[in-house]
Amino acid sequence: MWPRLLRHSAAQFGRGPTHEMPHFPNSELFTLTYGALVTQLCKDYENDEEVNKQLDKMGYNIGVRLIEDFLARSTIGRCQDFRETADVIAKVAFKMYLGITPSVTNWSPAGDEFSLILENNPLADFVELPDNHNTLIYSNLLCGVLRGALEMVQMAVDVKFAQDTLRGDNVTEIRMKFIKRIEENLPAGEE
Amino acid sequence: MADESLFEFLHMEMVSHVFTEQQSSKGEMDNKDRAVCISVLEAMGFRVGQGLIERLTKDSPSFKDELDIMKFVCKDFWTKVFRRQVDNLRTNHQGTYVLQDNKFSLLTQLSNGKQYLDQAAKYLAFSCGVVRGALSNLGLESVVTAEVAVMPSCKFQVVIQKL
Repeated sequence: MWPRLLRHSAAQFGRGPTHEMPHFPNSELFTLTYGALVTQLCKDYENDEEVNKQLDKMGYNIGVRLIEDFLARSTIGRCQDFRETADVIAKVAFKMYLGITPSVTNWSPAGDEFSLILENNPLADFVELPDNHNTLIYSNLLCGVLRGALEMVQMAVDVKFAQDTLRGDNVTEIRMKFIKRIEENLPAGEE
Repeated sequence: MADESLFEFLHMEMVSHVFTEQQSSKGEMDNKDRAVCISVLEAMGFRVGQGLIERLTKDSPSFKDELDIMKFVCKDFWTKVFRRQVDNLRTNHQGTYVLQDNKFSLLTQLSNGKQYLDQAAKYLAFSCGVVRGALSNLGLESVVTAEVAVMPSCKFQVVIQKL
C-alpha cells in the first residue's frame, strides 16, 4: 500500500524505554505522523518543489493558531526587537514544542537576519531521504509555522532552510529574515 | 521530545488539507469524495500505528491471547497515543470489541455535546487507522470504525478478521 519512501528503521527506535522521557511521551507520535504526511504529499504531488510548498502552507496554517497556544502558555510579553524575538523563538518556543534549544547565530550587520542552528531535528528522527528526492525540504513545515506565528504578532518574515542534515550537511540551519512590521487592523488582503 | 499539542495541531491541519485538496478539484464534495478523504487519513494512521506499536512492544513478552492484546491496546497503547486509558472495553468474545473513550483527545477541542457531530468522522479516521495499524503489527487484521453520539465521548469498534 505504501511506497517505502521514508524509512523508519525499527532497529533505530531502540533509544531506551519510554519511561526515561516522562515529559514528552508522544514524540514518536508526532514524528511518525509527520513522516506519514510527507510520504502522502510525495505521492500526491509530482515534484519536490510542490511538496515543499504544501508543507510551507500547512505550516503557516498551523503557525497562525499555534501562536495563541504559545502566548497562553508562556509568560512572554511583547518583544522589543528582532533580537529578543530570536531569543524567544530559540529558548522558549522551540523548547516548549520540540524540546530542543537551537542556537541563534550569524546575525546580519543590520540585525535583520539570523540563523537558528539545530543540532538535532525531532521531525527528522529516523528519517532518510531516498535518492530521487534530493530537493525535498523535509522539515519545511517548520518554516511555515514560524512565518505564520510571527505574522500574527505583526512581523512579516522570510524563513528558509539554509542547511539540512537530511541532505548531508553537518547541521540543520534555519535562516530567518525580518521583512517588515505588519500594521494592525488592516482589512484582509491589504498590507 | 515533541509536545503533545503539536500532534493535535498537525492532525487538525492534515484533516483540513486532505478535505480541501479533494474539494478543490471539483468545487464540492459528494459521499465518494468524503470516503476517499477518510481512507487517505486512515491509511496514514495505519502506518503510524504500526510504527508506534513496534516501539512500544519491542521489549515486551509476547501476548497470551487476543484479549490480552486488546487490553494492552486499551491501556498502554491508548495512554501513549491518546494520553489516557480507554474507559470501557466490551467484547462478545467472538472477535468484536468496543472501546469507549469518554474524553477522546482529538475531539475535546471540537466540542462538548452535539455541535459538529457530523464532522466527527473526519477527525476519527486517522485514529482508526492508528488502532488498525497497531493491531496489524501484533498479528491481528481488523476493521476499525468509530462512532460518536456526544462529543467528546467516542466508541471504537474493532472487528478482528479471521483468516
